[in-house]
Amino acid sequence: MDIMVNRNFLLAALVLIVAVFFCGCTSDGGNDAAPTDSGTAATPEFLKIATTTSLDNTGLLADLKDRFEEDHDVTLQIIAAGTGKALEYGERGDVDVLMVHDRAREDAFMDNGYGINRRVFAYNYFMIVGPESDPAGIAGMTPEDAFVTLIEEAQTNPDVVVVSRGDSSGTHAKEQAIWASAGYDYATEVVGSGDWYIEGGQGMGATLQMANELQAYTVSDSGTYLAYQGDIDLVPLVDEGDVLLNIYGAMMINPEKFSYVNSEMAKEWINFLITPETQQVIADFGVEEYGQPLFFPSLGNYEILGVTREEAESPIP
Amino acid sequence: MNEIIDGFLTAIHLIVTFDPEVYEVAFRSIYITFSATVIASVISIPIALFLAFRTFPGKRTIINLVHTLYALPTVLIGLVVFLMLSRQGPFGFLGLLFTPGAMIIGQVILIIPIIIGLTYSALVALDPVIKDTIISLGADYFQFMVSILKEIRFVVYATVAMAFGRAISEVGAAIMIGGNIRGYTRVLTTSIALETSMGNIELSMALGMILLFIALTLNFIMTSIRRESD
Repeated sequence: MDIMVNRNFLLAALVLIVAVFFCGCTSDGGNDAAPTDSGTAATPEFLKIATTTSLDNTGLLADLKDRFEEDHDVTLQIIAAGTGKALEYGERGDVDVLMVHDRAREDAFMDNGYGINRRVFAYNYFMIVGPESDPAGIAGMTPEDAFVTLIEEAQTNPDVVVVSRGDSSGTHAKEQAIWASAGYDYATEVVGSGDWYIEGGQGMGATLQMANELQAYTVSDSGTYLAYQGDIDLVPLVDEGDVLLNIYGAMMINPEKFSYVNSEMAKEWINFLITPETQQVIADFGVEEYGQPLFFPSLGNYEILGVTREEAESPIP
Repeated sequence: MNEIIDGFLTAIHLIVTFDPEVYEVAFRSIYITFSATVIASVISIPIALFLAFRTFPGKRTIINLVHTLYALPTVLIGLVVFLMLSRQGPFGFLGLLFTPGAMIIGQVILIIPIIIGLTYSALVALDPVIKDTIISLGADYFQFMVSILKEIRFVVYATVAMAFGRAISEVGAAIMIGGNIRGYTRVLTTSIALETSMGNIELSMALGMILLFIALTLNFIMTSIRRESD
């Protein structure tokens, strides 16, 4: 009978341990959570950021995160997901801040009341990259002409292959916009039109690697391409054209829609992004390692970006 | 080929020098999966006992369902748990999405059928003489259950170890439910997926080797348990 009691006790103890474990890992968070005064805040503060993969894959966001956390008692939780998925997380109220790059869908997101206080904080350019041999011969063309050539050449030349993000990311949206201005209906004339068009369904870095393995063409933002340049053989073939401008914006999730979002810290983060100091960090990021900047600061460049000065430079009040 | 050899050497280096990031991710993996395995065992083993020793209508259907759920696709678990825990979902008020707790829930769902199914099979395969003997010794219901479990303890150990292996090597649900947040919900499998896509082959290989090491250790434990039971 003693044994029985012991077993009962052990079982109870086990359940208790599990319960403690479970509570521990749901409420007080990760290992690098900022230490808090036991008297004041019970739990460390988190800020959940859903971001396009390019900002994360290049390492820029990790750099900015460290700087921000030095001065603020908060742990940034970065979920790199691509613009489409990030917007979806935002609409469901699962994150506090979005950092994305698709103006059209951002506008719709804000019109629907989900996002507020957008600020643009960086930009670069999209480029069409491909194998150095350039089997379709698109080097130096306009983006639209290049796409027309790619789809036409691909009908007869099996070496012409295009890898698309295929994940409704900002880059994928840009690709679709170029197809549209080249005169093609993306859904019917491009998708599923043959083996030449591959929908990778992955982030920017993974897509570049896939295109490299297949010696295929793909659309990339210049930042991610430069960060991966050392590992791949693909070269930029088309990098000029107004349509290729790539603008990164950050916005808060509307606390009127979702009362629990951390809007105070979200505001701090977005304002931090557009300070002259951070803008300088963005301008310098990657210069040492890659020989040129991966991103350009928005400060002083609002006219190039076609946005109001307020959207690029005024802190959220 | 060079890439693989270089990656291998750097991976070894990362492991023997106790690279903090590698170990942090590895410990988080073990911690999450250990918690999930304990919770799932506590839930599943009583259910297996109930199924094995009680008869009720629809029992066969439940057992078939459990066996079918062995092959539950992890991305489906990911999708369902995401929808349940998202702020718009029925359990959104808990604020659990993108936390280790959410990942534990996903893994618990993943391995419950395995533990129930395998424990149940061992129980029904048990020699009826043993059951009769225990009852004839005057055991009450609880004593009977404990004695029966003791009879099949080696199978239970092996089952739990197998469930642990299944949970720790899972990536689909972990990435959808956890969000792969560095320092918070990034575990061995999600880390390998990400680092490979970022071209950090060395780090991926180091993490992969640790995952393999955990699997081999589990296998070793299972083998020695089996040997002991023979």
